[in-house]
Amino acid sequence: MLQMLFKASKSYYAWLAFLLCVIAVCGIAYLDQLFNGLGITGMSKDVSWGLYISQFTYFVGVAASAVMLVLPAYFHHYKKFKRMIIFGEFMAVAAVVMCALFIVVDLGQPQRMLNVMLYPTPNSVMFYDMIVLCGYLGLNIVIGWVTLEAEFRDAEPPKWVKPLIYISIIWAFSIHTVTAFLYAGVPGRHYWLTAIMAARFLASAFCSGPAILLLLIFAVRRLTGFDPGKDAVKTLSIIIVYAMCVNVFFYLCELFTSFYSNIPGHMEPIRFLFEGHGGHLAWVSYWMWAAVIMAIGSLIILIPPRWRNSRLLPFALIMLVAASWIDKGLGLLIGGFTPNMFEAVTPYMPTFKEVMVALGVYAVGALVLSLLWKIALSVKKISGHFSDQPE
Amino acid sequence: MKDSRRRFLKLAGISAFALIGGLGASGAQAQIAPGKYIPRPGGLKAKRWAMVIDTRRFASAEDYAPCIEACDRAHNIPHIPTDQNVKWIWTDTYDHVFPDDMNNHLNTSVRSRPYMLLCNHCDNPPCVRVCPTQATYKMPNGIVAMDYHRCIGCRFCMAGCPYGARSFNFVDPRKYLPDPYPNKEFPTRMIGVVEKCNFCVERLADGKMPACVEASNGKIAFGDLEDPNSSVRQALANNFSIRRKPSLGTQPGVYYLI
Repeated sequence: MLQMLFKASKSYYAWLAFLLCVIAVCGIAYLDQLFNGLGITGMSKDVSWGLYISQFTYFVGVAASAVMLVLPAYFHHYKKFKRMIIFGEFMAVAAVVMCALFIVVDLGQPQRMLNVMLYPTPNSVMFYDMIVLCGYLGLNIVIGWVTLEAEFRDAEPPKWVKPLIYISIIWAFSIHTVTAFLYAGVPGRHYWLTAIMAARFLASAFCSGPAILLLLIFAVRRLTGFDPGKDAVKTLSIIIVYAMCVNVFFYLCELFTSFYSNIPGHMEPIRFLFEGHGGHLAWVSYWMWAAVIMAIGSLIILIPPRWRNSRLLPFALIMLVAASWIDKGLGLLIGGFTPNMFEAVTPYMPTFKEVMVALGVYAVGALVLSLLWKIALSVKKISGHFSDQPE
Repeated sequence: MKDSRRRFLKLAGISAFALIGGLGASGAQAQIAPGKYIPRPGGLKAKRWAMVIDTRRFASAEDYAPCIEACDRAHNIPHIPTDQNVKWIWTDTYDHVFPDDMNNHLNTSVRSRPYMLLCNHCDNPPCVRVCPTQATYKMPNGIVAMDYHRCIGCRFCMAGCPYGARSFNFVDPRKYLPDPYPNKEFPTRMIGVVEKCNFCVERLADGKMPACVEASNGKIAFGDLEDPNSSVRQALANNFSIRRKPSLGTQPGVYYLI
């Protein structure tokens, strides 16, 4: 099916060339980091994880969210998702590739990363994270490719792929649970030490991931005319609303426990995120309040069916993605490290080079996604599953 | 066409399997016997090393300076003037060192004294628990040690340590060291690895007390916590002592006499 990549429009190739340029430019920033160390980032002794690990966390969620299409389609035989599933699976592949790269760019000694396999350490959550992410990447590549090839040949997918699909559904939950355990298991970081962390991660993933998928599908619809089907979009938006409501509810649960118990350690990180420090708002506070407003705004549009199914949907989804990104992509890490281990504040802000490296990883993800989705779209066109109208 | 491809894949699979099998077999033959750790004669031994700092005898940060300087010299610790610095021993105020003990009416002496901070060499070290490569490990004598050559620089241990005892080499530490390095016997570190106080494990092996203890003029006791006659047990038996963040269950090996 790779031949599909050779029959594309000029604008598609221009897009790929653009991504390659972004990767090259950002690659220079990464080389700087590789030779001169993570000193080029805004991280410090007290805030030892930053943008890279937070982006890793966010994209594990995006990867896991493919299950919101696969589960209804295979456990509940919801056929209307079938046309869109491959895009979810391929988005998961791109997301896991990004996760792996975000881990690699965060390592001080990336050339030693295979030590995780050479000295397997079952008491480290990172060991399990490595296993579940590699497994999930493999599962989605194999399942996506095999089912797409069957569609290409107008045949039923081979029988052995079905058990893999069922495994991948459970597996999707595991990747984000294990990622939450990276945080929820360390003592002394008040903001992370919460049993609801994994549940919160899953809820936030299951609203933001499908929202990103829908937004990308809308873009593809505009560019190529591919139609995922009206009912599929409707159902997926309902899933997004429920997940977002649960996500917000879980966060409110955190607020209740922290503030009603009145335990300083539990309140301080949240107060820092929203109130800043010493009477001054931190830069992250503006983002956190923006997230609150956008979360409420997205729910106001998404909850009434009339607005949800209108032209407002993309705007609501953009707000939802932005809100969840701020919560998990900024607040989680900054709140975890502030106040620091001495109950003092060490400010953290990503540097320009750090943002460049992160953008480079985003561009690699976009490249992988563009290649895989192009193949999928071409196959959909050939097999006649491109839109509701038969061609 | 499809058939020949399948045949090819089968063949390729079988040959790959055979290759791996062959390599495994030859690897088994060439295996070298694992190395054994033999303690040097004359080295100091203990069941559980521990430290007791008599904070009553350290009135100001200058009192700690000899200890910190001795440690910096012994371990080639660079002075990096940013918050990406490397610290093995340093001092801080009471409310930062013991943040759980929030008493607004603490007596002035206790409140104004600086306190020495270092790795606690916990009984249940979270850093060892989270390290994905066993680059940080617990020795049988209670010391939490590090293998700088195995560390991949993931910094999970820094997120895990509730005491902020660990430092990461964000920048090349050798650029911030005098030339020649203070101690030729101890390795300098490279960029991208984590480090921390090692209770002078290399000095104990040579029969010497830790550098800070030696420089403290008897104000810091160091000894075997399992031995009732040791200096640390004596100090703890006769004085009121506290440890940092005891509620986390890490069981620190560093005690503070108040």
